[in-house]
Amino acid sequence: MAILITEKTPVIVQGMSGRIGQFHAADMIKHGTNVVGGVTPGKGGDRVLDRPIFDTVREAVRETGAEASLLFVPPPFAADAMMEAADAGIRTAVCVTDGIPAQDMMRVKRFLRRYPREQKMRLIGPNCAGVISPGKGFMGIMPPSIYMEGRVGVIGRSGTLGYEAASQMKALGIGVSTSVGIGGDPINGSSFRDILELFEADPETDAVMMIGEIGGPQEAEAAAWAAENMTKPVVAYIAGLSAPKGRKMGHAGAIISAFGESAQEKVEILSSHGITVAPNPSSMGVTMAKVLGLREAA
Amino acid sequence: MDIHEYQAKEILSQFGVPVPRGGLAYSPEQAGYRAREIGGSAWVVKAQIHSGGRGQAGGVRVCKSEEEVRDFASTLFGRNLVTKQTGAQGKAVYRVWIEEASDIARELYLGFVLDRKSERIMIVASGHGGMEIEELAETDPESLRRMTVDPAVGLADFQARELAFALDLSSAQVSQMSTVLKACYRAYRDLDATMVEINPLVVTGSGELVALDAKMSFDTNALFRRPQVSELRDRSQEEPRESAAGDYGLSYVGLEGNIGCMINGAGLAMATMDMIGLAGGQPANFLDIGGGASPERVVRAFRTVLDDKNVEVMLVNIFAGINRCDWVAEGVVKAFREVDVKLPVVVRLAGTNVEEGKRIIEDSGLPIMTADSLEDAARKAVAAAERRAAA
Repeated sequence: MAILITEKTPVIVQGMSGRIGQFHAADMIKHGTNVVGGVTPGKGGDRVLDRPIFDTVREAVRETGAEASLLFVPPPFAADAMMEAADAGIRTAVCVTDGIPAQDMMRVKRFLRRYPREQKMRLIGPNCAGVISPGKGFMGIMPPSIYMEGRVGVIGRSGTLGYEAASQMKALGIGVSTSVGIGGDPINGSSFRDILELFEADPETDAVMMIGEIGGPQEAEAAAWAAENMTKPVVAYIAGLSAPKGRKMGHAGAIISAFGESAQEKVEILSSHGITVAPNPSSMGVTMAKVLGLREAA
Repeated sequence: MDIHEYQAKEILSQFGVPVPRGGLAYSPEQAGYRAREIGGSAWVVKAQIHSGGRGQAGGVRVCKSEEEVRDFASTLFGRNLVTKQTGAQGKAVYRVWIEEASDIARELYLGFVLDRKSERIMIVASGHGGMEIEELAETDPESLRRMTVDPAVGLADFQARELAFALDLSSAQVSQMSTVLKACYRAYRDLDATMVEINPLVVTGSGELVALDAKMSFDTNALFRRPQVSELRDRSQEEPRESAAGDYGLSYVGLEGNIGCMINGAGLAMATMDMIGLAGGQPANFLDIGGGASPERVVRAFRTVLDDKNVEVMLVNIFAGINRCDWVAEGVVKAFREVDVKLPVVVRLAGTNVEEGKRIIEDSGLPIMTADSLEDAARKAVAAAERRAAA
């Protein structure tokens, strides 16, 4: 059944009338995604890719029964579009948009908390490649051909590094249940830990590949949670071992970076929580193969 | 985006933070004139560059006469000030700030940053400001007071009071501190800052709070709605290659090594740099060409990387999703012809339209080395760099 999206999930695209939105929506439809319509304020009544366009997300949900939404909305309007989706009853929203102001995301996260848990929208991104369940459907900008159907879940901040992991695994005959890009922004909708929880509960996922990078506390939090709660093995890679410390102005930066957010520190924290860390970005696939092999032997 | 101290002081002062009286000078003569305008018998003359640690680098001095102000200012203009934050090349001084000297009884630290964990604005404060703060952050991080602000409510009075009392301020200073805290918070929120820092925030001999130094950084993603902040940009303080690359939508950071990199996606770029390091080489730069790169943008990226004279080998690593390998390949071939590339170039392509991309490289007949994987690409680039070093 994978997570977040299957071939049945009714999906709308916010910003489907635009050039980029239309291009990717067409690709999604071609690969079996159940795209039921689009939303572009002021273009209600139009048809794009033979699907209806609505003025508001609420109308789209009412008319099509959409459960998920993919957002191709320019940065100045993206936060508003996310909140509109949440209020209209969308269950899962994926926002690809890069360049959203940090304070807008602060506001969105605060807004999402107004809904009770069972009605709260799950937000993926922003600044992410999207979500794909190979062979079933996808919401995003990834090239579907690089993924093989299978039973490993992938979570990553970086889109292209996620592609790298998927193609390394494919070359070794390891397929993916679902791959989730959580995005590279400092404030994002779902964390590594949030997605680990979904993969742990998914009967079609046997192991998880987690691709992190320097900065932020999320990889460490996820590792601590996994050590307590995960029965499935987790393999990780942290990018940025060779990255020099950013050129900072003032002490505020130095103070946050004192919290333990370098790649080396993250690798140590992950390893200490029982996560197998791939030593370099070329060995993500091989490391996963070893972990799966060892598990079969055990 | 960073701004100068004097600009940060001007902004914070508009929001209600007390700052010393001062004026800006673009020449030694103006500096002397500013001192006379301000009056008094002692002035602090401060080089304006985008960096901390200016005092230790000799960019700040207390002067006792107009003549001294003029003389010291004349040593600053045009000088490259090297601080522990600027790197060896330093930053050039074109502006000097002159302000009345303050009578300092105590130095505090105050910082506002984005806290990724709570996803809120966090206040960091310490009763020991000034140059001690960095050491304190290293040796005793627990001694720093931290507090997060709920964006829906803003900074509450009780929070400001709690913080002020925790810093051992007298009750008369507590309301002043509350004013300063709220002003900084509003400036942060209203102008889409990513950092506001006052260090030191001093208590004067007569018990007044004054911001002696201030820094602010801004969220470049929010500049579309902050033209008044964009205006404060000073390109003379930016690394020229980084700043020019930014104008073309390229994210470039210059480094020390000799393997020039052109990659799509920040994560893959970092991973490629890691791989170069593991193969025994050193990257010359970080460069993310972003999504949807046209052949023209690829040429621009090539020029940017090759502009660094330390570059001995060029490594192109593209895993195309939203990008297209054929466009990137066209760009590489075009760059080769236009820029007259004489260095070894290693290209690894994967993803969307990879076959077309590879064919374009092959058909070009150019001496481009191709690689099948990330590891292969890094090894080939490092080997090529070593061959050149040996030659």
